Amino acid sequence: MAAKVFIGSAAGFAGDRSDAGIPVVGALAAHSGPRFLMYETLAERTLALCQLERRKDPARGYSTALDRLLTPVLKQCLAAGIRVVGNFGAANPPMAARRIAEIARSLGLPAPRIAIVEGDDLSGRLSASELARRETGGKILAQMRDIISANLYLGAQPIAHALDQGADIVVTGRVADSALALGPLLHVFRWRAEDWDRLAAGTLAGHLLECGAQVTGGYFADPGYKDVTGLAEVGYPIAEIDADGDIVITKPAGTGGVVNRLTVIEQLLYEIHDPAAYFAPDVVLDLTGVDVLEIGKDRVRVTGARGKPAPEMLKATVCVEGGILGEAEISYAGVNAAARARLAGEVICERMQRRAPGLVIRIDAIGAVSVLGNSSVAPDLRASESEDIRLRFSAQSADAAQIEMLLDEVEALYCAGPAGGAGLRRRATPRLASAACLVERRYAEPRVTLFGAPV
Amino acid sequence: MNRTVRLHEIANARSGDKGDRLNIALVCREPAHFAAVATQVTAERVAAAFAARKPTRVVRFDLPKLAAFNFVLDDVLEGGVNASLGLDGHGKSLSFLLLDLAIDIASGEPQSARAGQKQSV
Repeated sequence: MAAKVFIGSAAGFAGDRSDAGIPVVGALAAHSGPRFLMYETLAERTLALCQLERRKDPARGYSTALDRLLTPVLKQCLAAGIRVVGNFGAANPPMAARRIAEIARSLGLPAPRIAIVEGDDLSGRLSASELARRETGGKILAQMRDIISANLYLGAQPIAHALDQGADIVVTGRVADSALALGPLLHVFRWRAEDWDRLAAGTLAGHLLECGAQVTGGYFADPGYKDVTGLAEVGYPIAEIDADGDIVITKPAGTGGVVNRLTVIEQLLYEIHDPAAYFAPDVVLDLTGVDVLEIGKDRVRVTGARGKPAPEMLKATVCVEGGILGEAEISYAGVNAAARARLAGEVICERMQRRAPGLVIRIDAIGAVSVLGNSSVAPDLRASESEDIRLRFSAQSADAAQIEMLLDEVEALYCAGPAGGAGLRRRATPRLASAACLVERRYAEPRVTLFGAPV
Repeated sequence: MNRTVRLHEIANARSGDKGDRLNIALVCREPAHFAAVATQVTAERVAAAFAARKPTRVVRFDLPKLAAFNFVLDDVLEGGVNASLGLDGHGKSLSFLLLDLAIDIASGEPQSARAGQKQSV
């Protein structure tokens, strides 16, 4: 059995840097033993957007970032035996596999062995009302009949099975983000399904890797307090995991960023609620006994994860239409800017109260009070001394005409509002709402197929 | 002798969201500050600091081995990233609202970075 498994992360979300994987693959190629490269590209709504795309074109519906993220490293991964695990299958893993085969062909590479993991999609298996009964909190789905996407989070086993079948590349739809690392570890180390502490360690490794640079100095720098050198070329993480589940987090030599106790602990607790009970499909992870120790430059050892038996229910994310978000911005600058901005807000409120009385409008005064404000009415700018204010008006409605009305009113401030209104931008964006459900395990039907193999 | 500083002087914070629930991890740069933070930065005080967002529940989880705390604030994201009209539906900037809180520390206690005094970490 291998002494150590190396898992690199090349993306923490679909919008991540397309060159992030290059140094990671370079570092992995210099090691021997089992090496994997993981891609996490599915935020909650991303999969629903892919499902909408698939409805329009059955050949689409995989992550739109697939080409951009995989193309720069595919050749070296295949040459060096670095196996790729990514959830960029999104709403259409088989078509993602086909696309990867095309990319390999266009690069002149031998055909890779691509495994497809499916079985997360609940469409047609649970009705809208059945999903609504399983919604946590139960606020969003109760009134909805049209479900755009419903996917439960598969665990690591099907990824391990795919690797057992010799896959060079594993494409999945919705799986737990941490399963992208736990799957390779199960494949190599053959941890038993009740070996809770090791499953917890593998889940923790995945959790630390799943957001890419967030553990290596990204989402961290605070000049003068937490300085990070080379942030523009921040290195993405590599985890080295042994058969007992001890983890070392590091990054490729020669890259920017930093791995230290603080970058690791910040990511350890990222999006965690009860640190004694982080629910994953394969195990419940307890972080309260974890030790984080700096053992060298950009090397941090993480030990002490404990596991409890896997939860009976699996989480699912369900997306429905969420109306239209309208946003319009206009600037007021220079002498008396705050007073002119305030007057502009009053004009819009007065006119919209008459024209669309029920519509909730939020006004932000960027440069005075915006991100940290909580107001759904005009901010009080009387005390503001800012001479550079960008007003942002926003509202959401299922009624597109109401949203257009607001955007038109803000645009009309150009000629009919206070003096010096400048730089109008406006846009209306369809929105999705997402709900979390807990679904019985029997609805998970993981299956693994090899691309091109007879069905 | 005690002196009052902002949490930002002695601690790191990182926000994460799930739906309408926000968590903020607070990590002491020097583990020696854990006790002072534990005593003074209570769930009640954090709830008061976020009162404008009307949290329905604030829970603090303590991680003494990591010199860290995890604050979980329910229903503070205006419905979450899919529903909020605000610019920061994820609440990513809110970790810095927490770091604005004042804290008394003993003058002799280690301080990992002073304002204006650079230190790489």
